Amino acid sequence: MIGAFADLLERLAFTPQRLRKLDHLRQYFAAQPDPERGLALAALTGDLGLRAVTPSLLRGLASDRLDPELFAISYDFVGDLAETIALAWPDAVPGPDVALSDLVAELRDTPKAGLPQAIAARLDALGPSQRYAYLKLATGGLRVGVSARLARQAVADFGGLALAEVEELWHGLTPPYAELFAWAEGGAKPVSAARAPFRPVMLSTAIDLDGLQVLDPADFTAEWKWDGIRVQAVSDHGTRRLYSRTGDDISGAFPDLLAALNFDGVIDGELLVRRGDQVAPFNDLQTRLGRKAPSAKLQASHPAALRAYDLLIWAGRDLRGESFAIRRAALEQAVVALDPARVDLSPLLPFASWDDLARLRADPPNAVIEGVMIKHRASPYLGGRIKGHWFKWKRDPMRVDAVLLYAQRGHGKRSGYYSDFTFGVWDAGALVPVGKAYFGFTDAELKELDRFVRNNTVERFGPVRAVAPLMVVEVAFEGLNLSPRHKSGVAMRFPRISRLRADKPAVDADTLESLRALLPK
Amino acid sequence: MTDTPLITRPEGLYCPAGDFYIDPLRPVARALITHGHADHARAGHGAVLATAQTLDIMALRYGAAFCQSRQVAEGQMRIGDATVSFHPAGHVLGSAQIKVESAGPSVVVTGDYARTPNPACAPWEPVPCDIFVTEATFALPVFRHPDPAQEIGKLLASVAAFPDRAHLVGAYALGKAQRVIMLLRQAGYDAPIYIHGALQKLCDYHLSQSVPLGDLRPATVACGKKGDFAGAIIVAPPSAFAATWAQRFPDPVICFASGWMMVRARARQRGVELPLIISDHVDWPELTATITELNPAETWVTHGREDAILRWCALQGRVAKPLRLVGYEDEPE
Repeated sequence: MIGAFADLLERLAFTPQRLRKLDHLRQYFAAQPDPERGLALAALTGDLGLRAVTPSLLRGLASDRLDPELFAISYDFVGDLAETIALAWPDAVPGPDVALSDLVAELRDTPKAGLPQAIAARLDALGPSQRYAYLKLATGGLRVGVSARLARQAVADFGGLALAEVEELWHGLTPPYAELFAWAEGGAKPVSAARAPFRPVMLSTAIDLDGLQVLDPADFTAEWKWDGIRVQAVSDHGTRRLYSRTGDDISGAFPDLLAALNFDGVIDGELLVRRGDQVAPFNDLQTRLGRKAPSAKLQASHPAALRAYDLLIWAGRDLRGESFAIRRAALEQAVVALDPARVDLSPLLPFASWDDLARLRADPPNAVIEGVMIKHRASPYLGGRIKGHWFKWKRDPMRVDAVLLYAQRGHGKRSGYYSDFTFGVWDAGALVPVGKAYFGFTDAELKELDRFVRNNTVERFGPVRAVAPLMVVEVAFEGLNLSPRHKSGVAMRFPRISRLRADKPAVDADTLESLRALLPK
Repeated sequence: MTDTPLITRPEGLYCPAGDFYIDPLRPVARALITHGHADHARAGHGAVLATAQTLDIMALRYGAAFCQSRQVAEGQMRIGDATVSFHPAGHVLGSAQIKVESAGPSVVVTGDYARTPNPACAPWEPVPCDIFVTEATFALPVFRHPDPAQEIGKLLASVAAFPDRAHLVGAYALGKAQRVIMLLRQAGYDAPIYIHGALQKLCDYHLSQSVPLGDLRPATVACGKKGDFAGAIIVAPPSAFAATWAQRFPDPVICFASGWMMVRARARQRGVELPLIISDHVDWPELTATITELNPAETWVTHGREDAILRWCALQGRVAKPLRLVGYEDEPE
């Protein structure tokens, strides 16, 4: 029922503790019958697949009932489209509770043209918290602080099952997961009908030079950490899939790479755009990621490639229990038979001491490297982020001192604060904007920035305020690219405000020339 | 209008005819104060005119010497060329709207106001005027505050469901805390309610003004052991939750009584587990209904979310303008 689902979302939204969230989910799975609980699970994991309900459809609905400008101001404040509509929807008269299965069937089976009317009729007959739950169900993406993984963990906990077993089966199951719940309640384990399932990916924890000192370098190998997308390439009796590290199937966007997966096994690696030996900047990969069905032209200009890190399964043999040293040897052999233009090996770095590795990290041969990965030679392949096996030692961020120019009020929980900042550097005696940042500062610094903005506003442009150029902030960022779209000609990656420099007068902020010196050569 | 009865100055809203300010943000020679919240009632003015209860509250907060001279508002009073009168605002104990009449159009300054009955203070009264100067704290169509009795019901249900846990209710010291306590009493909750030390003076003052808050006890460890607070309701200013003070309670459920609790992200930002949507301000339907009912020639907006109410006035063909007074907080701690 939508009532019970709304209560669940409410509880989850206000329960920060992971264990209590799991409790709420377990209780819900225990109390709700099939198919209600399975549909709720699919909503939480993003597998409900109701693609027709788009944000623009919802915006259209809202503007039929509310003045568009009032709606826009409300949305700006609340920061969440579904919540804004749920709260501001006028003149509803709540009716009886409705089954999720009825709502899902209606959303799935109603022809597109009739959908807005059907949704509006439902909104008219639900209370605010049910409206919110219903809209979240319709749009997917619940944003209640529950990842797909946590939801699967709750099912595993509910049935006393191992999470890894549930995750391996997951891609062979479909909503409302009746056989999964039957297994959780003591029935038989479902047989995976799906070819080429996803396996939980092994993740690393962050480390620095101090943390490395207690480790023996002889026990570890190191590789570059490439700045692409971590993927799992699976080929299973002719079925080929490319998964993101969270298990999302992204095969459709990369037919060029998929065609090269002519093997039987599972390779862990980094998805990159690579032209010959030249690894392209992350920007180029982003262009590919944005296209669900890339044109032949785009595939030719932005060829996708896999840089192989690890081998999980090969020719029917599961290698995950073996040490990294053994898997790496098998990987090196396996890659030999593959198209070198599409799949190549992530090279191991030679080092005898952590200082050796620090020198390599300080001067990487390619701008698309964002640090080094350090892996224990004896580690098995373990799904999840398990400490002590794999470490990432990221490159230090670049930094620049810039002057605050504009501020905009944030969305959602920051909606009372000016929290989105545009900053600039000096160029020929004037300040030119070079980027925007809306994180990196502490809560106390946010209050200070907010106060500064309110007290130093010189002009307003709708929600944006121009401020007197008095506040210097240190901006940290992960890389700099040429960008014809920006007035300054450069674009930062992951810029954030790392420090307020109240001590520094604006005239001493950096110049565009000094910033451009950081561009990759 | 040619005879502008009120103008904005850096110090705040100023009446030239009477040479006084209403709720000034900086020390001035003559101030009229709508209510005792710290952002409206500041210390250090010359002469202060306010309701007896607001003057008492200012003295409690700032000490007896919070201004040079004070006067209790009663009936119609002449100040310079202006006549002023105070009318209940329904916001907190002692809160008033201030009506100013001079040669030009008449003005009502609401300060902060609420129309939902509040058992801890006198109810809001409609005061006809040419210019209605309103707050806009919750002036967005998303704010439709539910019946506060229903919200208190959520708190009592949670207390019954978790008898081993303490319920810590965050509520501002002046107004909200006493409102929550009165709502609990009206719902039939007659057990002792524990209060943080910061609420003591103001709760005592409400008791002295015949607001029947019932059995209040200090929430201090000196009273007993940690387990003693199991199943209890403790009211405290929200800032206390971050302090070590909160560590004395068994597995507390963090509750927060505020109109902002309507928006999930706001509640989550506060680390709130049980949001209680209890507001001492008009919500969107009440604000728009009030403007319609009073039907002023002009509506001026002091502080809050002015964009939406200005848009609404434009859609209704009403004259409205923002005053953009800087310094009033949404809900002061």
